[in-house]
Amino acid sequence: MLLICAAALPVAVLAAPFIGSTPIAISQVFSRTLPFDQNVDAQIFFLARLPRALAAALVGGTLAAAGVVFQALLRNPLATPYTLGVSAGASLGAMLVITFGARVPFFGIAGASMAGAFLAVMVVYTLAAARHHGLSTTVLLLAGVTLNSFFSALILFVQYVSDFAQSYRALRWLMGDLDVVSYTPLVGALPFVGLAFLAFAWLARPLNLLSLGADGAGARGLDVTVAQRLAFFSASLATGAAVSVGGPIGFVGIIVPHFVRLLVGADHRLVIPGSILLGGTFLVACDVLSRTVLAPVEMPVGIITAILGGPFFLWMLLRTR
Amino acid sequence: MLIADVVSFAYGSAPVLSGVSFTATQANIVGILGPNGSGKTTLLRLITGALRPLSGHITIDGAEIGTLPRRRLARRMAVVAQETHPAFDYTALEVVLMGRYAHLGAFELEGPDDLAAATSAMQASGTAHLKDRLFPTLSGGEKQRVVIASALAQLDTGAADSTAGKPILLLDEPTASLDLRYQIELASLLVRLNVDREVTIVLTTHDLRFASAVCRHVILLGAGRVLGQGAPEAVLTDQSIRALYGIPADVASPLLVQ
Repeated sequence: MLLICAAALPVAVLAAPFIGSTPIAISQVFSRTLPFDQNVDAQIFFLARLPRALAAALVGGTLAAAGVVFQALLRNPLATPYTLGVSAGASLGAMLVITFGARVPFFGIAGASMAGAFLAVMVVYTLAAARHHGLSTTVLLLAGVTLNSFFSALILFVQYVSDFAQSYRALRWLMGDLDVVSYTPLVGALPFVGLAFLAFAWLARPLNLLSLGADGAGARGLDVTVAQRLAFFSASLATGAAVSVGGPIGFVGIIVPHFVRLLVGADHRLVIPGSILLGGTFLVACDVLSRTVLAPVEMPVGIITAILGGPFFLWMLLRTR
Repeated sequence: MLIADVVSFAYGSAPVLSGVSFTATQANIVGILGPNGSGKTTLLRLITGALRPLSGHITIDGAEIGTLPRRRLARRMAVVAQETHPAFDYTALEVVLMGRYAHLGAFELEGPDDLAAATSAMQASGTAHLKDRLFPTLSGGEKQRVVIASALAQLDTGAADSTAGKPILLLDEPTASLDLRYQIELASLLVRLNVDREVTIVLTTHDLRFASAVCRHVILLGAGRVLGQGAPEAVLTDQSIRALYGIPADVASPLLVQ
């Protein structure tokens, strides 16, 4: 099953650029007879659409894997990468730069959203670690939910004082948009995602134990505090990096993990790689839909994932009592 | 040998245990008895290392619980919680294999040894036929026996390691969700583990009859203090039961018949 997923992702990434409002021919893209700067098809493929497909794969896989880790950490199958406020912090950072951007140079939208995510993570962590040795998952949840609505209010305020053009840009960003036209944001996010995935690889078995509860995990020999901290920070890092590339794209982080569990069972050593692969494939497909449904107009991909994800989420909710 | 030496504990300013001492020698079955709120579960969590005593010491073969490396402690002592609710749908075998955590390196996969330990643990607890079932679909009694199998797999150090010391198994309210038949099965399983494998067993229970049938040594807790300990027939007297539960012993005494 994992092998099928592993094959699907590169196929999707390579096939997706050929689908779009301007048709391009495979023979033309890889043709050596024309120099690159005269080969329009190759330019569309390599400069416009391939970075976008790669971004979709990276963001989708990262959000899905971060969702898995948050669900296991919080022992809550309904948790998402955004439950603990990471995306709200990232969004606030991005909003501030979009609205007041002229006044803070050297600080792109991606950088600002990473900084916002970091701020949110530190606030939530400090609260959850304050009166507890280890992390209190209850406080984590409460602090995250509270911070989410607090930051949302600030975002609305920033929106309110901004003009129409800024407001429109901000709204598009908030919808989750993969309008990536260069490899730069990918290269920027990659080290963070790589570091987080390394942590996920170590965490796979500890997360199995954590889903028994802290006492059960501790009694089986796991250092619960270390595992919880690593899970929290690595999943937050992954989420922050993904959001800095594509905005807060919703539902990938919850529907993909659940779907993968239906396919491979509950063992995180299968669920995490499966979610990375399937999450990437899913978002690449959603992005193709978002570019083609209303072509030549591009819809933010977050709308597609939410339209598909909303009903699925409700179905999950009904299924899990 | 598991020793608690004048152990006290409090949640905040509310004292829960004061001056509790007992010794669980090798190959013994110890029952911690007492009414709700007497500190049974807290005492058990102190023994597992999930809580640290405010004063006093809990030691295994002379080494304080808190100073033992976590993984080494896990290979020596396993815990069966009152209830286990995995957040996701693991199979029974997967739950049992989680007991092998302390035997594996960070990125190591379970090998034949671990599967053998899991299989023999499931056979010992009579759950071999459940291995592919999803844990949440099992009955209360089946779940508990699967968790016991997980604990046995955890304690299985293989033939190579005979210097490791005898294993210790802790159970919190093991009879709480069991009907009469499962209680009897559990009692014989615990006695079998104790006799055949020399597993030291410490359990908490409300169930006086179960305790007197299974335990060689009972500790009577009331309001965080040891009211008496020793052989069940010596400790579970008319007087002590009346003092502890406020009911005459003839209500409890039919339950004491084995």
